[in-house]
Amino acid sequence: KFQPGYLCLKLWGDHGQDTLENAHVCLINATATGTEILKNLVLPGIGAFTIVDGHTVTGEDNRAQAATELLQELNSHVSGNFVEESPEKLLDNNPDFFHRFTIVIAVQLPESTSLRLGSVLWSASIPFLVCKTYGLIGYMRLVVQEHTVIESHPDSALEDLRLDKPFAEFKNHLQSFDLESMNKKDHSHTPWIIIIAKYLEKWLSEHNYKPPQNYKEKEAFRQLIRDGIRKNENGVPEDEENFEEAIKNVNTALNQTKIPSAVEELFNSEQCNNINSESSSFWVMLRAVKDFVHSEGNRDLPVRGTIPDMIADSQKFINLQNVYRTKAMQDAAAVSTHVQRLLQSLGKVCKNASFLRVVRCRSLAEEYGVDSVNKDEITSCMDNPDSEMVFYLILRGVERFYQQHSRYPGVYNYQVEDDISKLKLCVNSVMQEYNLNVNIKDDYVHEFCRFGASEPHTVAAFIGGSAAQEAIKIISHQFVPFNNTFIYNAMLQTSATLQL
Amino acid sequence: MAVDGGYDWDGRWNHVRKFLERPGPFAHPDFEPCTESLQFLLEMCKILVIGAGGLGCELLKNLALSGFRLIHVVDMDTIDISNLNRQFLFRPKDVGRPKAEVAADFINNRIPGCKVVPHYKKIQDFDESFYRQFHIIVCGLDSIIARRWMNGMLISLLSYEDGVLDPSSIIPLIDGGTEGFKGNSRVILPGMTACIDCTLELYPPQINFPMCTIASMPRLPEHCIEYARILLWPKEKPFGETSLDGDNPEHIQWVFKKSIERAAEFHITGVTYRLTQGVVKRIIPAVASTNAVIAAACSLEVFKIASSAYIPLNNYLVFNDVDGLYTYTFEAERKENCSACSQVPQNLQFPPSAKLQEVLEYLMENASLQMKSPAITTTLEGKNKTLYLQVFNFTEHTHFFYLGLSDGQELAVADVTTPQTVLFKLNFTT
Repeated sequence: KFQPGYLCLKLWGDHGQDTLENAHVCLINATATGTEILKNLVLPGIGAFTIVDGHTVTGEDNRAQAATELLQELNSHVSGNFVEESPEKLLDNNPDFFHRFTIVIAVQLPESTSLRLGSVLWSASIPFLVCKTYGLIGYMRLVVQEHTVIESHPDSALEDLRLDKPFAEFKNHLQSFDLESMNKKDHSHTPWIIIIAKYLEKWLSEHNYKPPQNYKEKEAFRQLIRDGIRKNENGVPEDEENFEEAIKNVNTALNQTKIPSAVEELFNSEQCNNINSESSSFWVMLRAVKDFVHSEGNRDLPVRGTIPDMIADSQKFINLQNVYRTKAMQDAAAVSTHVQRLLQSLGKVCKNASFLRVVRCRSLAEEYGVDSVNKDEITSCMDNPDSEMVFYLILRGVERFYQQHSRYPGVYNYQVEDDISKLKLCVNSVMQEYNLNVNIKDDYVHEFCRFGASEPHTVAAFIGGSAAQEAIKIISHQFVPFNNTFIYNAMLQTSATLQL
Repeated sequence: MAVDGGYDWDGRWNHVRKFLERPGPFAHPDFEPCTESLQFLLEMCKILVIGAGGLGCELLKNLALSGFRLIHVVDMDTIDISNLNRQFLFRPKDVGRPKAEVAADFINNRIPGCKVVPHYKKIQDFDESFYRQFHIIVCGLDSIIARRWMNGMLISLLSYEDGVLDPSSIIPLIDGGTEGFKGNSRVILPGMTACIDCTLELYPPQINFPMCTIASMPRLPEHCIEYARILLWPKEKPFGETSLDGDNPEHIQWVFKKSIERAAEFHITGVTYRLTQGVVKRIIPAVASTNAVIAAACSLEVFKIASSAYIPLNNYLVFNDVDGLYTYTFEAERKENCSACSQVPQNLQFPPSAKLQEVLEYLMENASLQMKSPAITTTLEGKNKTLYLQVFNFTEHTHFFYLGLSDGQELAVADVTTPQTVLFKLNFTT
């Protein structure tokens, strides 16, 4: 049966789609921002959502119910639920309610509720995404203790060709090529990986087994390859595109095979070294990879097994591809002897061993605590008084205003003028509490009063798209989420990610 | 959400009015807060949305919820099942119907007072008189050719008096584009700021697989599928004279079967039905969230320009959420000799012994021109003469001398990428 979510498979694969379909997302407050976020999760096919909202729509149905019905229409495979209750009441009477969710997303929550809920979810290790649309400012805060990313899909990933440390099966395969004696057709359809490997062998034997080190030597190596291009009867070099490819790829091909520092850090972490019955499968597999590195792997990660497309005849390409693939499967099997389960997930981890990441966010308690506030981040950003950080600081002041006056600044036209000085006082009191000495321009305080706590749809839609994608990253464990505060300034169409 | 009773219930446009009726330190210098601005938005401001797909659906929704009511939408496509994971104005029952019409119906029914007028047409089906009626035009297209055509159309509407641009002839163009997790949004004031062609290098030409790979040296499953699509289908004509229809499962099944056979011959793995469909339909992976973000940025710029409530984006935003969320905002610069907006005849430098073929190759391959199928005319002995039309291609190999072209000759080039001809000046090099 047709499921619209299947169309996203090219982006995050069957595995990613499965995690989405098994996810249950909680949205608190079905405002414009909240419904936009959910729409962007329902369309790609999350399994279920529950809206928690105690507000009623002007004169009509409860907001939660109305939103649930509309969202349900977008994808009949998603199961939609609603709870007509405020989050504060749920926290009072039944905080365990939130334990059933894969992720909780809260929109337009007052500060006190965010902190309370944040504490409950932190203890339960449930990811929490706090979002706010305030006038032309968008805000997102990700709160997750430890989030493992199995597939970070980096934009520009280096190939894993091992030309600096060719494995036995590759060396064997290389021997079947004799560039000098090949006929013209074979010569111009030999994959560039083979070409570089052959000429590297030649270079090493002539240079004391030291590969090309600097620009001068790499140029000389490129020339060596260029000289290998066949010439016709008149001495004019033939058009051998595979050799041109080889020359172009010399730089990256000569990259040293090594374990990325991010992965080394993971190997050295507490969770990797102390595997026990509580360890998640991510850490068990990571440990297995580490053990492989220290034994069969000879201090290198398992071979990734993929090669880029290149000019070659079909047979030579497929054969070469199979050499890498077979080696990768062998390495994966070796890793699996270090681990007793999850062979399917294991395939993913090996191919992506160099792309493993862990994201750890500070808790809200740490962000808000007087002793743990990240003063350095705040003051260094505010060296530039127009930095997006200023919007974060004023948002904190706005929440202080709400606590003091039980309303937000500038909601009604007649309030705007007077609220500017009141808001300024609130912002300053927050700064004083944290002993922060920063310059907050009056223009920004004025603008926040002008906003009047409005939720313009365009800004809500921007945050809606951004938050949904971050939620998908958390649910699927693919792609790296932001850490930990995102500010969107719709006035200038700029943004910043801050670590608070 | 829809509410029974008339439009504009109390407080309906509060969130919009705050920006129209209150002064602020970041408003445009021309901004004057007043209650009439809302009336302008609701009753007079005419917006044209080009495209009713992933970006278009989002744009229509955002504009309608921001108070715009006089909206026209143009889209030449019908709804396909593969659209449903992000083009949320469409339901499975709408498959086969024109996107523009279904989108307009949905918005008009769901948002009281909104009057979206659909056009199930190509942008090229309209002329200046159609485009001139709009205050702002916003594009959510998936084709560079279409973008450039739109760009050229708005440039052709510009009027100059004694070399000075008449500002009332400028129609702002907001352009959005997405691909997977990346996207961009830009504001173009034709004649004043960088246009699409000024920054053509930012859109690298799309790469197709070389024919020799497909014909004799496949390596990837995609090569096998292209073999079946490009070579076997026209040869074997499995369904008579019908051309391959990516939406017809029987057609895809045939291509899939042939691709598997081809792949087996070369020991290539990885051909699946899904991949076959993706290659045949050239499906670029798309996801709701990126379209939501880019359309949001574009709609906000429409609002800013229509209301002067803020200074608009100056002028290009790039977005990427592969790793965290990344945005980059910069001012794209106008190109002095832009082939679309500079009004300066473009220079062509060739030796006098050159053939027309070389000019054609230059027009198509040059990164700043990227023409698709140029047609060249010139004036010789007072008469307009066609030098090259793709249909009659025998002049390609003729030298300039035999065509009667001299140094300084002006050539007028027409192409699908522009509604107006582009003027070139042929300069002979020694």
